Amino acid sequence: MTDFKRANLSMTWKLLAIALGAFGFGFALVPLYNVLCSVTGYGDQTKLLQRVKAIEHPDPSRTVTIEFLADVASSGGWDFRPVVRTIEVHPGQIYSAEFIAHNLTGHASTAQAVPNIAPSMVAAYFHKTECFCFSPQHFALNEERKMPVRFIVDPALPKHVDRITLAYTFYDESSRVSSAR
Amino acid sequence: MAEQHAHAAEHDDHDHKPHGWRRWVYATNHKDIGTMYLIFACTMFFIGGAMAMVIRLELFKPGMQFVDPQFFNSMTTMHALMMIFGAVMPAWTGLANWMIPLQVGAPDMALPRLNNFSFWILPFAFTLLLSSLFVPGGAPAGGWTMYPPLVLQNGASFPMLIFSIHLMGASSILGAINVVVTIMNLRAPGMTLLRMPLFVWTWLITAYLLIAVMPVLAGAVTMLLTDHFFGTTFFTAAGGGDPVMFQHIFWFFGHPEVYILILPAFGIVSEIIPTFSRKPLFGYEAMVYATASIAFLSFIVWAHHMFTVGMPLAAQLFFMLSTMLIAIPTGVKVFNWTTTMFRGSLTFEPPMLFAIAFLFLFSIGGFSGLMLAIVPADYQYQDTYFVVAHFHYVLVPGAIFGIMAGVYYWLPKWVGNMYDQTLAKWHFWLSTIFVNVLFFPQHFLGLAGMPRRIPDYAVQFTDWNMVSSIGGFGFGLAQLLFPYLIWKCVKSGERVVGNKAWEGAHGLEWELPSPAPYHSWGTPPSETMIARGAAH
Amino acid sequence: MIRAKMAQFAKLAAALVLSFAGSLPAHAESGWGLLNMTQGVTEISRKIYDLHMEIFWICVIIAVIVFGAMIWSIVTYRKSKGAVADVTLVHNTKVELIWTTIPVVILVFMAVPAARTLVEIEDTTKTDLSIKVTGFQWGWQYDYLDSGVAYFSRLDRKSDAARELMSGIDPTTVDHYLLSVDKPLVVPVGMKVRLLITGADVIHSWWVPAFGVKKDAIPGFVNEAWFKVDTDKPGLYRGQCAELCGRDHGFMPIVVDVRSKADFEAWLKDKAAEQKQAAAPPAAAPDVATAAAAG
Ligand SMILES: [Cu+2]
Ligand SMILES: [Cu+2]
Repeated sequence: MTDFKRANLSMTWKLLAIALGAFGFGFALVPLYNVLCSVTGYGDQTKLLQRVKAIEHPDPSRTVTIEFLADVASSGGWDFRPVVRTIEVHPGQIYSAEFIAHNLTGHASTAQAVPNIAPSMVAAYFHKTECFCFSPQHFALNEERKMPVRFIVDPALPKHVDRITLAYTFYDESSRVSSAR
Repeated sequence: MAEQHAHAAEHDDHDHKPHGWRRWVYATNHKDIGTMYLIFACTMFFIGGAMAMVIRLELFKPGMQFVDPQFFNSMTTMHALMMIFGAVMPAWTGLANWMIPLQVGAPDMALPRLNNFSFWILPFAFTLLLSSLFVPGGAPAGGWTMYPPLVLQNGASFPMLIFSIHLMGASSILGAINVVVTIMNLRAPGMTLLRMPLFVWTWLITAYLLIAVMPVLAGAVTMLLTDHFFGTTFFTAAGGGDPVMFQHIFWFFGHPEVYILILPAFGIVSEIIPTFSRKPLFGYEAMVYATASIAFLSFIVWAHHMFTVGMPLAAQLFFMLSTMLIAIPTGVKVFNWTTTMFRGSLTFEPPMLFAIAFLFLFSIGGFSGLMLAIVPADYQYQDTYFVVAHFHYVLVPGAIFGIMAGVYYWLPKWVGNMYDQTLAKWHFWLSTIFVNVLFFPQHFLGLAGMPRRIPDYAVQFTDWNMVSSIGGFGFGLAQLLFPYLIWKCVKSGERVVGNKAWEGAHGLEWELPSPAPYHSWGTPPSETMIARGAAH
Repeated sequence: MIRAKMAQFAKLAAALVLSFAGSLPAHAESGWGLLNMTQGVTEISRKIYDLHMEIFWICVIIAVIVFGAMIWSIVTYRKSKGAVADVTLVHNTKVELIWTTIPVVILVFMAVPAARTLVEIEDTTKTDLSIKVTGFQWGWQYDYLDSGVAYFSRLDRKSDAARELMSGIDPTTVDHYLLSVDKPLVVPVGMKVRLLITGADVIHSWWVPAFGVKKDAIPGFVNEAWFKVDTDKPGLYRGQCAELCGRDHGFMPIVVDVRSKADFEAWLKDKAAEQKQAAAPPAAAPDVATAAAAG
């Protein structure tokens, strides 16, 4: 092989390696995305799935409204709603709220609630000590039950936030891929 | 390098080449492969164009007259995929194959066998994609942007879509690698980087963009595939994923992609305007740096395609500002082209006409692009016909006119015959008039509130839609002149006398006889030839 | 100051363009005059409109200068008129510096008001009323969070019949073809209405041009948006889904019925009572999917 051909080949391999690296980079964007979300202030929503040990420092001078939303993924078959729609809270104090789920799918089923919060940057200031979304929930046929969430709003919550929406979407096994229509 | 040159030189005098189908199936000659790429691109252009005609026909008046909404969505989706991956990108690769070796004084592309392979992937990729029109559930209908969860609702066509994207991606990555190696390793002695013609420069930068972002697209669609078939949840909230993340990854590819489509056009225009102004390009180095900075900026602006997904304020501001910055190097380019014509000696042959139309109409696309960067205003423009007008101004009188200008410029060199210039001027005027009739009213429609990707519309949008459709039919019909002209040129064009087809042409390709011999630059060009070509 | 002048100039020019367009032949419900964004009925939508016009006129001015230079060069330096090329004109640092710097200044001039408006748009605090908006294939669900009123809003019947393939119904005979719904979203004037936007199946986008609001409805995620309609502008405002969402993406319009505060309160009370009566045993509103399947 001539020097010339060797130079061509080595460059080709290098460029292929770059392309392969770029392919890997596409996948690396997945974990990077959550990091970027918290860095840019978007709020890493996966934090809402983590249990946090919180110490209470209530700040009674400040009141924030918490709204609860409940959604069922498009496959349906569930009745899912918050017991109360809104509560007023003081940052730094632990509160609990309940959601009711009723299995109307016609068979026993396991469902996972996926949390989301708005404004999204609040994710960094909303700590849960307990949540039914931490693990999948099993329901017997026609079972209806209340599920608790306990949370504390960080006193460091930016001053301008006066209202937080905590939303859950309820997915059961059938709703991983939304059905084609 | 000298060794290779010496070897090729033996073949120089007698153009011996394989005959029959073998010449094309086993092709390793850059000219043959370039020709195949161009024919392929032209075919896809007409198939994608036919789909556009279906779209404009249905939108001619309100009410559903011809097609089912699902099929309409397939048409918009497929039209985009055919035009982007089937027409424009292969056309650029075809031009690169033909011209880069001629322009840098190389005997062929650096990796001829790989070249053959990367071309022959394409017919398979597009047969696969087009055959999805006939599977149950129809062709992909979720938009070429393939946003989940919608794209996951496609039926049997979904895996076909993903695999064809993989194939197209592989083809263009390999093509790009070939271009980079050719430019970096095969330049004739004396052809320094800053002596290279701008088409070579813009293609070099384009090739690096391709290598960097096509794999990212491949990654994104692979994740779609595993989400659909293997239970991963990259983009599904149910498993902790996020559909918006797909949009981020997609547009991380997507914005550089639009420059992949347009940068080589910048290069071609930068060659044609000096030729027909009989004057060197103004600000050659500034052009190179402007191209490089556009390419760099293209990596940090992607989220301007998705301002309405709900991003944090800081991110929106960042992407707005970075997007606005692109106006600066782009402006430099437009000013340089204008100044190249200033104090020139201008004639208006078909390539120059297309280049001038490019200048005006691409700038209009640039202006609407600047408007789209302004986030609050973008909230109103996003996903309306204003956006459709914007990117079609950039891609049709931008990329497509650039390709046509290039073909009209170099066709005499390829064939050795001059084409019918009068007919080519007809082609130009019809295209230019109809492209504006087609796309300008779409600005109005978008601003008046018509969303894009809808098969039917409220009656107040009727008038401008009719105008737009008439423009579409006119533009479509006018394009039939193009293959006819080329065919006529090959069959019975007038012989080109001498090396130069155009009085003001400079560059190594014009140091070769017309038609360019099957094996060219077996003996590298002399220092004087290179100096004469790089007259800037 | 300059912006105010610019806006005035813009209005004048727009009026000129519109009056010209108005003189073109036109039939009933003519669309020839639909050339530009409208000002809308909220402070934000007007600010967006002003921004749009400001950038538009800056672009027009630049275009006049650049295109003027191009046309002038094309006309003046033709070989047929005996023009001889000046082959020494290849580089001029001073000029190149100028045309790199001036755009920077113009861009700053555009970016500052844009950023200011954006900050205002993003301020979702101190709202008076929260409504959850859920996009589904193919319609919208509105859920008044404070009162429990919830209902679906879909393309109205007449449009739905006329839009069938070769329906034989002339769309021009249908009132607000494709832009009317069975049950509009009802909101009061003068109150800051907060929307919590989400999607049930695929991504949709809730867009009402007159409010300057367009926000994606993403399954599993909640987006916020808000609007406050001028107190003197009650009425019906129309929009459409703006994100491709499948077969009937073009057929899921949005209609917002903006009423006086008193009218709104009365409507809400009626609606709440009506829903309580209708849904006596299982208190919950039907979920999106079952209702969508039924519809
Ligand atoms: Cu972009
Ligand atoms: Cu929709």
